[in-house]
Amino acid sequence: MAEVLVLVDHADGRLRKATAELLTIARRLGEPSAVHVGPGVEKAQVTLAKYGAHKVYVVDDADTAGYLVAPQAEILAALVEKLAPAAVLVPSNAAGKEIAARLSIKTGSGLITDAVDVRAGDNGIETTQSVFAGSYSVTSTVTAGTPIVAVKPNSAPIEASPAAGVIETVAVPMSDAAKAARVTDSRPKQATGRPELTEAAIVVSGGRGTGGDFGPVEAFADSLGAAVGASRAAVDAGWYPHSSQVGQTGKQVSPQLYVAVGISGAIQHRAGMQTSKTIVAVNKDEEAPIFELVDFGVVGDLFSVLPQATEDVKKRKG
Amino acid sequence: MNIVVCVKYVPDAQSDRSFRDSDRTVDRDGVDGLLSELDEYAVEEALKIVEAAGEGEVTVLTVGPAAAANAIKKALQMGADKGVHVEDEAIHGSDAAATSLVLAEAVRKATSGTPELVMTGMSSTDGVMGVVPAMLAERLGLPQVTYASELTVGEGTVTIRRDGDTASETIEASLPALVSVTDQINEPRYPSFKGIMAAKKKPVEQWALADLGIDSSQVGLRAAWTSVVSVTKRPPRAQGQIVADEGDGGSRLAEFLAGQKFI
Repeated sequence: MAEVLVLVDHADGRLRKATAELLTIARRLGEPSAVHVGPGVEKAQVTLAKYGAHKVYVVDDADTAGYLVAPQAEILAALVEKLAPAAVLVPSNAAGKEIAARLSIKTGSGLITDAVDVRAGDNGIETTQSVFAGSYSVTSTVTAGTPIVAVKPNSAPIEASPAAGVIETVAVPMSDAAKAARVTDSRPKQATGRPELTEAAIVVSGGRGTGGDFGPVEAFADSLGAAVGASRAAVDAGWYPHSSQVGQTGKQVSPQLYVAVGISGAIQHRAGMQTSKTIVAVNKDEEAPIFELVDFGVVGDLFSVLPQATEDVKKRKG
Repeated sequence: MNIVVCVKYVPDAQSDRSFRDSDRTVDRDGVDGLLSELDEYAVEEALKIVEAAGEGEVTVLTVGPAAAANAIKKALQMGADKGVHVEDEAIHGSDAAATSLVLAEAVRKATSGTPELVMTGMSSTDGVMGVVPAMLAERLGLPQVTYASELTVGEGTVTIRRDGDTASETIEASLPALVSVTDQINEPRYPSFKGIMAAKKKPVEQWALADLGIDSSQVGLRAAWTSVVSVTKRPPRAQGQIVADEGDGGSRLAEFLAGQKFI
């Protein structure tokens, strides 16, 4: 069976959820092998094996640390040349897409980003993307080189399928060009205890209607175990950090449940959340365009609706 | 410092965007186009760098059909010094990889092979892949520093700050380099009357593929490395249940969530 390479998304061996999803999807296309760049593989190996990695290629030398995407692209290019895999899967986040972009040019391979589904089709690998703020669905194939697909989070329920996960250490000499951009300082964000926005199953976002008070939004999110997002209006007003912005110029999320609170639903916002499975809105204005999208909407004041909903959720959860 | 800013002419996101039935490419005739909003931030930042340095030139580069001249015009009105418009029928339908090839050759030609700083927006507002900056950097052999929310040009280096998913990072690259910027970096200026008048006299080079030494077989729909099999308009979402809060809105919301097994 053909090998499918999966780029491991991790921080010092702590895996992000995307990796298990990519391994699950890779099994539809062939035999998954994980590519782990950087330290911590001893922590990651068990999980990688659990989700179906037959092999784990490891590149862990000082040359890869602190540099941006270029080293990963060189490593993947070397592996693609050596192994001729059926496909390469990467997470569709900023770094994943840039690694994929460089890999595409290095190997003359077609790249599809932001895929929400990947499957084995009659003419090779077939993908689905959601475009123009979710108003169109596009099915594509790769016609040149090794298919490279960047897959959005929450595109597949993760399923375990234990495999050997045999570690193979690989040496890939890094070019000087790959070391031309480096991280000189990194300040971890303050931990909120909430799930990461792009991989959360539930997202609760606040907008202009909060008037800057995200208290009720955060409390409701916490009752549901959700991540907190914000509209561009709320971010531009300085009420919430840009890293939490949902929309065209912020994060694209696709959770099981999206709750828009005090958000009118402009096209820029819709572009970031329209593929969510279930959409709920709370807004004072019954004419707000967000209500065109919702499965359930409450026309009312968020400062009374949300606290009541929060209490009710807590009661139901016991 | 001389800066090349790559910009894209895109269909207005506020309009009804669609695909052409004949070849499943984006319909650019049926809708109004404009300079991609996200590219205005790159133009603004380039102008600020040159203004602060007191020397240098900003060149605006676009690849696109005749109407894409409007994107260059807007940037010239903002204050860019000159434009380059690569227009060739063979380019129609090009994917990101082919677009990056045309941009790379145009950057080389515009800078006599020695670019100092190449700038872009974080992504287009139509395709939204966000991969052309990295592809262009790869083709030019440059480091790329992307999603800059702050930018400082130093002696032979460029330093940016960006907000990642888990950390705020400072990233340094040696020049020449490619930088993409987000909408957090600045507030793009509106063209002044003076700017609008001055733009009319600014030079815009018109180049075709032959001027860049690119064979037409390397670009366009048939040379694309990916192929669109089908395009389907999503049915509008079925109208959901909307209730007016009469003191029980929160409870009804919780009841809906429980019914959907979210609680």
